[in-house]
Amino acid sequence: MDFLQPRSWSEALEAKAAHPDAVPIAGGTDVMVELNFDHHRPAFLLDLTRIEELETWSFDNGRVRLGAGVTYSRVIDELGRLLPGLAMASRTVGSPQIRNRGTVGGNLGAASPAGDAHPALLAAEADVELASVRGTRRLPLTEFYTGVKRNALAPDELIAAILITPPSGPQQFCKIGTRNAMVISVSAFGLALHPERKAVGTGIGSAAPTPRRAYEAENFLAQALDAAGLWETRATMPPELAREFGNYVRSAASPIDDVRGTASYRSHSLAVMARRSLSWAWDDYRRAA
Amino acid sequence: MTSAPTKVPAAPSETAALRGRIGDSPLRPDGTLKVQGEFAFGSDLWADEMIWGVTLRSPHVHARIVSIDVGPALATSGVYTVLTAEDVPGGNVGLDHADQPVLATGVVRYHGEPVALVAADHPEIARQAAKKIRVVYEELPAVTDGRRALEPAAPQVHDGGNLLRHLKIRRGNPDPVAPVVVSLDFEVGMQDQAFLGPESGLAVPDDAGGIDLYVATQWLHADQRQICQALGLPPEKVRLTLAGVGGAFGGREDLSIHVHACLLALRTGKPIKMVYNREESFFGHVHRHPASLRYEFGADHDGLLHYAKAEIVFDGGAYASSTAAVVGNGGTLGLGPYNIPNVQVDCYGVYTNNPPCGAMRGFGCVQAAFAHEALMDELADRVGMDRVAIRQLNGMREGDRNITGQLIDSAAPVAELLQLVQDMPLPAERLSEDEFDLLSLPGGVSNTTHGEGVVRGIGYAVTYKNVGFSEGFDDYSTARVRLEITADEPTVTVHTAAAEVGQGLITVEQQICRTELGVQRVVVHPRDTQVGSAGSTSASRQTYVTGGAVKAACEAVRAKVLERASTMLDLELSELVLDGAQIVSITGDVVASLQDVLGTDAVDETVKWSHRPTYPIDPETGQGDAHVQYAFSAHRAVVDVDTELGLVKVIALDTAQDVGKAINPDAVVGQIQGGSAQGMGLALMEEIVVTDGRVRNPSFTDYLIPTILDMPPMKIEVLEYADPHAPYGVRGVGEPPTISSGPAVAAAIRRATGKALRRVPIRPEHITEG
Repeated sequence: MDFLQPRSWSEALEAKAAHPDAVPIAGGTDVMVELNFDHHRPAFLLDLTRIEELETWSFDNGRVRLGAGVTYSRVIDELGRLLPGLAMASRTVGSPQIRNRGTVGGNLGAASPAGDAHPALLAAEADVELASVRGTRRLPLTEFYTGVKRNALAPDELIAAILITPPSGPQQFCKIGTRNAMVISVSAFGLALHPERKAVGTGIGSAAPTPRRAYEAENFLAQALDAAGLWETRATMPPELAREFGNYVRSAASPIDDVRGTASYRSHSLAVMARRSLSWAWDDYRRAA
Repeated sequence: MTSAPTKVPAAPSETAALRGRIGDSPLRPDGTLKVQGEFAFGSDLWADEMIWGVTLRSPHVHARIVSIDVGPALATSGVYTVLTAEDVPGGNVGLDHADQPVLATGVVRYHGEPVALVAADHPEIARQAAKKIRVVYEELPAVTDGRRALEPAAPQVHDGGNLLRHLKIRRGNPDPVAPVVVSLDFEVGMQDQAFLGPESGLAVPDDAGGIDLYVATQWLHADQRQICQALGLPPEKVRLTLAGVGGAFGGREDLSIHVHACLLALRTGKPIKMVYNREESFFGHVHRHPASLRYEFGADHDGLLHYAKAEIVFDGGAYASSTAAVVGNGGTLGLGPYNIPNVQVDCYGVYTNNPPCGAMRGFGCVQAAFAHEALMDELADRVGMDRVAIRQLNGMREGDRNITGQLIDSAAPVAELLQLVQDMPLPAERLSEDEFDLLSLPGGVSNTTHGEGVVRGIGYAVTYKNVGFSEGFDDYSTARVRLEITADEPTVTVHTAAAEVGQGLITVEQQICRTELGVQRVVVHPRDTQVGSAGSTSASRQTYVTGGAVKAACEAVRAKVLERASTMLDLELSELVLDGAQIVSITGDVVASLQDVLGTDAVDETVKWSHRPTYPIDPETGQGDAHVQYAFSAHRAVVDVDTELGLVKVIALDTAQDVGKAINPDAVVGQIQGGSAQGMGLALMEEIVVTDGRVRNPSFTDYLIPTILDMPPMKIEVLEYADPHAPYGVRGVGEPPTISSGPAVAAAIRRATGKALRRVPIRPEHITEG
């Protein structure tokens, strides 16, 4: 196994073009586990830790452009106000050591349905920026996940950044694990209210082959809030509305039984998390008035 | 215990200045190294010229081995040798029963059974080569359920049937009746010891056909006996030294890399290093027996127990390991520390094609305690009694007899322990939903509740556990103690083969030597087989038994020194006392220095020491004095349960335990904290998930153990009611907390949810769907 260590982004893209089978590595919290267990023996490892621009975040036309190499710890410390949903999700990742090394870009690269960042990014309607020597493209995250641990990266592409619009409304993230820390999710849910466009964003984790949005739940809630004039009045949310929203979210999942949990529990827990997180988000929205 | 040890005078100044005697809490010599990451564990061993060994394991649950072709593996560059069953010169191994081949012979009986070995100059080369060994299997029908294993038509795991042991207890009226009858069925999942230091060792061949093995283990001499059996070598050719042990909890009592590394070393003539990775570790040691339990209690309307019936099936997996002894414990102790006049117990240990199960902290009592404590709560509710009061009403006291008819002849403070935990202050009420703190709620920072659905519950449990080996086992330890003057200072060297597995025994040995001989400087010799057996570091026994041996060896040394002084000074032996660097008369006058008496000689004494004997139980009635000592503990758990999501936060886990005498009070508290966490883990999350014989979660990603955010702070009350039969009055400490903590947590969750919850670990879906 050869170790490629580009010093710049353009060198990295050239290396990836020259060795499309090279596996990119940043924090190594996923890749090294795969290597150690001999699940994967790539011919090349492409080390991205020397590329400074990957580790920065900036503003890009009013959006946050989050370099793929920004760690969860930095999201928590630096972006808690700008990206609250992603920061909440980041707090649930692994242990402090893992959060110090693991990156949001790595979560996308692995594209595990259980990745903690996905539901928050989906709810925030994030885009992902992919780059190669051929150029740069941006695509909605929903188009990025293509299957269990598979994504839309072309063989010569690397993940450059994630683009997220700072919220105009409250965000929430919840995750079920069978212990109170350092646990892979049994199910997870991200929620974002977008009052400026009277829209709702959702993200479901660990309950389908890929992370996914619950579109029907989003539409149902956005329309119901609109129909009742609640976006404007910020009145108390009728409990049955939150319950029904939960049921829509549950229906959007297609979970399986595995060693971490049962399909029926995953469905049930999604409904509960969706209902509760909506009530918290709505309380935040009302308080923000 | 407050009385001073018999022969050391309490007074003189030198003795009083000694630091680190019994009752003190001197720092452990390994403590700072471990915290700083500098301690050498078995996995850090290194020798010049060493090469690496790996194991090929069975992918099948039960299969005939049709053929093995090692050719392609052997042809791999860097590979020194490949070994199979044909290369094992001696017989089978096993702790009690030698039923386990060193490498599978003709048949594999469980998923993960060792089939072949490879030695290569790099571990990765060895692993890749092992994958090239071509084994042709023919799958056989398997039995993977403990109760089904007893059915006549079940596939047979070994010749001679699937029943390993059936223990019967018949006491009192064979057809008891009672006005109030409660019963339950309970299931306990397979827990793992989850020690953090994986199996590891280094085997170094000598030039004369012998071998030195450095290994992380629990019982050097039992290992040595089995290795000799497997290699066909005499004990003097197989010398063991303890390597740094990263936790054991029973999981190192059986062999792992031992014989494999020795075989490869003898074949290649090179030092062989073996270290399991985490996944292999889950296949490389025995686990706690899963159990299926059926219990019935009969009582009067005031809650007084009249009878108890229990049927317990322990799934021993494919090989015996210590299943028979686990059945012994589960059967004789499995009704808890209660007075029950009429008893019928049937306790079975069976073979199945599941992973082998054997020793783990609590040894048969853990599984039973979940059942008897759940049923005791049920009885309390049925007769309308307080759950603590009913346990106090039925609890054993000193002078009572247990269900095997054995007299409880030292303290049995069941009622007091329960009272202590009940009287401890309760944690603060939960904050309101407006001022919640995520870290104190079920789910923690995963943000699943801000208080919605959360209900608090309190649960109690009490247990008693035997200390030491039982049922007539020749349970002894050996200690060698040497006293000499080095650099003008009296120095003691203590040498035992007792495995230090992290519990702090080396500190205890030093404390005993300081106390008995009044000498500050105590050197602890590395643990090896150059001294006699110390028995196993298990059954909460080492402070008692090896502590007893060290004390006895110190007494022998002291007697020798005084004899020399008596002859030299022409004074009556009875008038002399050894006090550190001096010999004093009974009137307190210094009559000689130790230096005068010893000169350049050393006094060196080795003592083999046994606790008082135990006896086999009657095969039909189960009656007999099976155990040497009992240790008691009680727990109170306070939990907050998110009843809608089934998530649990343990808010408090408080305990009281009688330790007889705390030789090292800090270490005692450490044992109680760790044991309580391990018991809580079984109640909440720890389970090796086995489906049709296959292990589905061999990793710390999916085998969950409690983190610091799961384990609450503990209030701990330590009682010291000396056992008059034990050295210094000590009582074993390590296991009781693991037994009573889990049932208390389970009881608290039942209280909070109102659900029956007849299985542990309690998973979220059991609460939301059960």
